[in-house]
Order: sequence, then C-alpha cells, then structure tokens
Amino acid sequence: MSAEKNANASWIDKRFPLTETWKAHLAEYYAPKNLNFWSFFGSLAILTLVIQIVTGIWLAMNYKPDAALAFASVEYIMRDVDWGWLIRYMHSTGASMFFIVIYLHMFRALLWGSYRKPRELLWILGVVIYLAMMATAFFGYLLPWGQMSYWGAQVIVNLFAAVPVVGDDLSVWVRGDYVISDVTLNRFFAFHFLLPFVLAALVFIHIVALHHVGSNNPDGIEIKDGPKGNRWSDKAPADGIPFHPYYTVKDLMGVVVFLAFFSWVMFYAPTMGGIFLEAPNFQPANPMLTPPHIAPVWYFTPYYAMLRAVPPLWGSQFPGVVVMFGAILIFFVLPWLDRSPVKSIRYKGPIFKVALAIFAVSFVVLAWLGMQPASDLSTLLSQIFTVLYFAFFLLMPIYSSLDKTKPVPERVTA
Amino acid sequence: MRKLIIAALLLLSPTLLLANTGGPALQSSNIDLHDQASLQRGAKYFVNYCMGCHSLQYMRYNRLAKDLGIDEVTLRENLLFGDAKPGDLMENAMRADDQLKWFGVVIPDLTLVTRWRSPDWVYTYLKSFYVDATRPYGVNNLMFPLVAMPHGLSNLQGVQEPVFDHHQAGGTPVVVGVKLVKEGSLSPKEYDNMVRDITAFLTYAGEPIQLERQRLGVYVLLFLGVLFILAYLMKKEFWKDIH
Repeated sequence: MSAEKNANASWIDKRFPLTETWKAHLAEYYAPKNLNFWSFFGSLAILTLVIQIVTGIWLAMNYKPDAALAFASVEYIMRDVDWGWLIRYMHSTGASMFFIVIYLHMFRALLWGSYRKPRELLWILGVVIYLAMMATAFFGYLLPWGQMSYWGAQVIVNLFAAVPVVGDDLSVWVRGDYVISDVTLNRFFAFHFLLPFVLAALVFIHIVALHHVGSNNPDGIEIKDGPKGNRWSDKAPADGIPFHPYYTVKDLMGVVVFLAFFSWVMFYAPTMGGIFLEAPNFQPANPMLTPPHIAPVWYFTPYYAMLRAVPPLWGSQFPGVVVMFGAILIFFVLPWLDRSPVKSIRYKGPIFKVALAIFAVSFVVLAWLGMQPASDLSTLLSQIFTVLYFAFFLLMPIYSSLDKTKPVPERVTA
Repeated sequence: MRKLIIAALLLLSPTLLLANTGGPALQSSNIDLHDQASLQRGAKYFVNYCMGCHSLQYMRYNRLAKDLGIDEVTLRENLLFGDAKPGDLMENAMRADDQLKWFGVVIPDLTLVTRWRSPDWVYTYLKSFYVDATRPYGVNNLMFPLVAMPHGLSNLQGVQEPVFDHHQAGGTPVVVGVKLVKEGSLSPKEYDNMVRDITAFLTYAGEPIQLERQRLGVYVLLFLGVLFILAYLMKKEFWKDIH
C-alpha cells in the first residue's frame, strides 16, 4: 500500500472505524475452516435482497399503484420500457429465489443445530427476518393487480376477519375498504416499498449477532472454545480462517452457480410452469369474478394447506388461522425445544434424523397440497402432514433427549 | 353503466366458472414462433377477422411490425385501419356498454390470452364451435360452454355439429365432441393452419420479447459457465494451504 493511501486510510480511521470494521467483519473475522456448501445460502440471501431492492426501485419508476393503471403499467414495463422485461422477470424470479434460498438457509440451521445456545437470539432475529420477508412478499404480490393478486389478497386479508370480536373491523382496517380496492393497492405499495429497507436493517443486526457469537459449522463445534492460535493470530481460534479472502472466494463460486440457476429460470422459464408467476395473474383483477381455484404463491402454500386442513369451529375459521400462524411462530421457541446434548445432525441419533426428514417431507408435501384445489383426499393428507409438522416441534423435547447421540470430536473435522 | 357491467358479470359468472373446470382434452397447437411467415399471416387474420371486436390493448402496431419483419408501407396498407398510427396500441373503438348491449359481456382483450389460458387452449377453442339453436348467435363452444361469442370464422371452417354422449348418468346427453358436417371455403387442413397461425400470433403478442430472451439466455449462461471455471480455480488457489 502506498504512503498516500495509508495517509488517506488513517485520515478516515481517525474519524470513522473503517479499517477496524473491515478487519472485525471480514479480514479478521475467523470462520470455521470446515464450512461446506450449506453455508452459501446466507450470502446468497443478501445478494437476493440486493437484487430485489435494486430491481424494485427501477420497477417503481414505471409502475403505477392505481387500480385502474397498475395492470397495464406492468405490461408497459414488459413491452415498452427498455430492458423492462428483464428487470421485471429479475424481480418476479428473485422473489421465489429469495424464498428458496431462505428455506435452505433455515434447513441448514436445523442440520447444524445453529439455533442452539449461544445462537438463540441470532435464530430469533432470523425468524423475524422471515416474517418481514413474508409480509413484503404478500404486499408485493398484490401490485401486478392480476386475478390471483386480487383474490389471493382477498383470502389472506379475510383471515383477519376470522379473529373473534374485532375481526371484521380489523380486516377493514387492513384493507382500508370493505373489499380489496384502489385504497388497498396504494397502501400495499407503500409497505412493499418500505419493508425491504426494514429487512436490510434486520439483516445488518442478524450479522452483528452472528459475528458476535461466531459462525456455526457442520460439526456444531464451538471453535471459540477450542485451542487458540492460527497462522494469522495468536488469539484467534485454531480452527478458524479469515472470512476474507477464504470465504469470499468460496462464496463467489456459490454465487455463480446460483446466478446460473437464476438466469436459467429468468430466460427460459420465467413463470416456472405457473408456479413462480401464476397463469390467472395474466388476467386483470376483476372484483366481480372469483377464480375457480385460488392458491397463493408456492412459498406460502404450506401454511395455506394447514389453514384449509383445520375444520371450522362453531362456524369460525379462527382455529385454522391460529394453526397457520402457529406453524410460523413455533420457530421462535425452537432453541428451547431441542434437549439433545449435541448440536449437529452429524452426531445426533437416528430419531432426530428421521424426525427432521419427516418434517422436511411434510413441508414439501404441504406446499404441494396448498397448490391443489381442495378435495376430501387433499384435506385428509393436509391434516396428516400438519400434525407431522407440529409433531417435529412439540415432541422434540422428548425425542431429542431419548435419542442416542454420537461422541463429538474436540476439533472440527475436515 | 357500472351497475350494468356488474349485473352482466354476475349473471355470467357461473358460465365463466364452468369454462375453467377441466373440460375436454386440448389439441396440440404445434406453433412455431420462429416461423415469421406464420406470425405474419396470424397478424393478418387477427386484424381482419378478430380485431373488429377483440383488442390487443398492450401491443403496439409498430412493435408488431418490427418483430414480425413487416415494413411500414405494408403495415399502413394492410394492418392500420381508420386513423390508427403506427405507434398506437392495438385498441378498438367498440364501447364497453355497447359490447354489453350486443353480446351481454365485455369482450375480453386478447393480448395475454395465451398466457392465462394456453396456446393449446386457444387453438382448440377456435376449432370447437358447434351449432346450437338455443344460443343467441346460433353457436356454442365445447371449450367454453355458453360462450357469448359468435363464430367469426364459420364461413371459412363450415358448420360443425355436436357429438353427444347418451350414456351419461341422469339421462341428459352431454356434448363430448364436434364433427364437421358442411365444409366452408377452407378445407379442414387449411382451417387448422389458419387457426394455428392465429394462435402463434397471439402467443407472440402475449410476450413479444420471448424469442429475444431465449436468445440472450444462452450468452448469459455461457458467460456464467466461464466465470464459474475462473471462480473455481481462484478458490482452489486460495485454499490450497488450508487443511
């Protein structure tokens, strides 16, 4: 580094901890040396958030949040705005990719036991991010003002009406009208624009928490508790390596593979056979015409299947709503449900492995069931898999303490 | 006006619902979006036979001309009617309340019809009109029971009669197919080709950029392929001393 550059750096450093921040979070942040591809999804989630914010701002330059103009403005972007089609497909594909990445990121946490002490707060912050993401996606899906935008929002907002006593007032308060209307579209646009920046702030806090406790790894071993001293520092964990350059170059590989999949969808299957962009959404919203089959986008369908699985009680859908939100909120208490003496699936016993497999299968099957028109068979299957989904959490204190674990090595394995 | 639309839509909603549930098997449209001549013919047919009623309100004439290789003189002479200008959207002049009066429905815009139905649906639909004296325009459609639309191409296709299934529970015979009883000015093969051209054109109009995006995608994926090799080699180089 030249003397001039050093002088510049020290001028800034006297006024802002630039070098210190760089070191603390990248060059001298020691991550376990045994991270595998599962750890890609954290950085990929940040990348996707950035893609969504940037493409979203550019879409907002031509989008009109007005019930009379919204649908046509999306087609205007797709046809008349230079590269508008690419920005729009990036954004619509990005929404689904964001959820794919986040679901894999969460599954990684389940595999490695990343929700366990000392990362409980990190996990909780992650669940808050997941909730904020779902809210953002929900608000955003109304904006194209297609049939599924409209009726999907109608169904979801009506869930609030199922709340006893205050329900009807609550749903009117959310919509700002008695049905989904121009008023609703306007406020959903405002929230859809705001929430991503809240998300960015939450992600920042998530990373502060992560770097405070240190990254977990496939072995679920705390490298901070192990021996000290590596090539770069006497005080750093022996099994840690600097995040930069080691994990920046490794994550770059993950980024390229991810972008290749992302691009394949964008250029060759932007609707993903009606899963990422639903066919009825190519019809403008029509408040007078209910589509024969309303299904939310795939990332919400597991919860939608649960909603439909629960029979109404005393003529109220409220129990279904409770089960649906409960399925998400139960993630908050996960750190205190796992009684296993070990963190990672590598050293957990067969019961946990089977339980996790059943949970993952249940989630996928529920997602599929949520897309199908309701039938007696699909309702029965939804009920069975909803019970299995909850059993994973509710029985965890029992099966995780019964399970036969393997001894955990002192140091991370290669 | 609004009340009229609402009333009409409410009256029709059971029909529209029915139209979306299952229905007869779709025939494969076999369109080829790379066949520019087919798209040009489709545009010609659409403008001459369909656009009297159906708009393409998100599509511009000059975009169509550019993408389909139609020069401006041909565009002006063959596709632009009235005072339409090349930069205009392909809207039409029929007012919504007139549409309601004449057809009982607001006539759907067809720009995106192949995206929310499917190309095969449009192709099969155009081949599935049959005579039905109970309908105001004398025809019904296998793909869209009780459809309000007259068969605009019947002079070309000829007359089709319904094929009934008499073995249905309840005793009411159900229309399960159509058969051509009187040829029009086109042979069945010629008519199929015409309908295929219209379907191809509407599929193009649903997403004018689609061929371009597929062409670009190859370069993007090739670039990422090369980038992956470089990223992999760089990772390997950095990590060679980590054990």
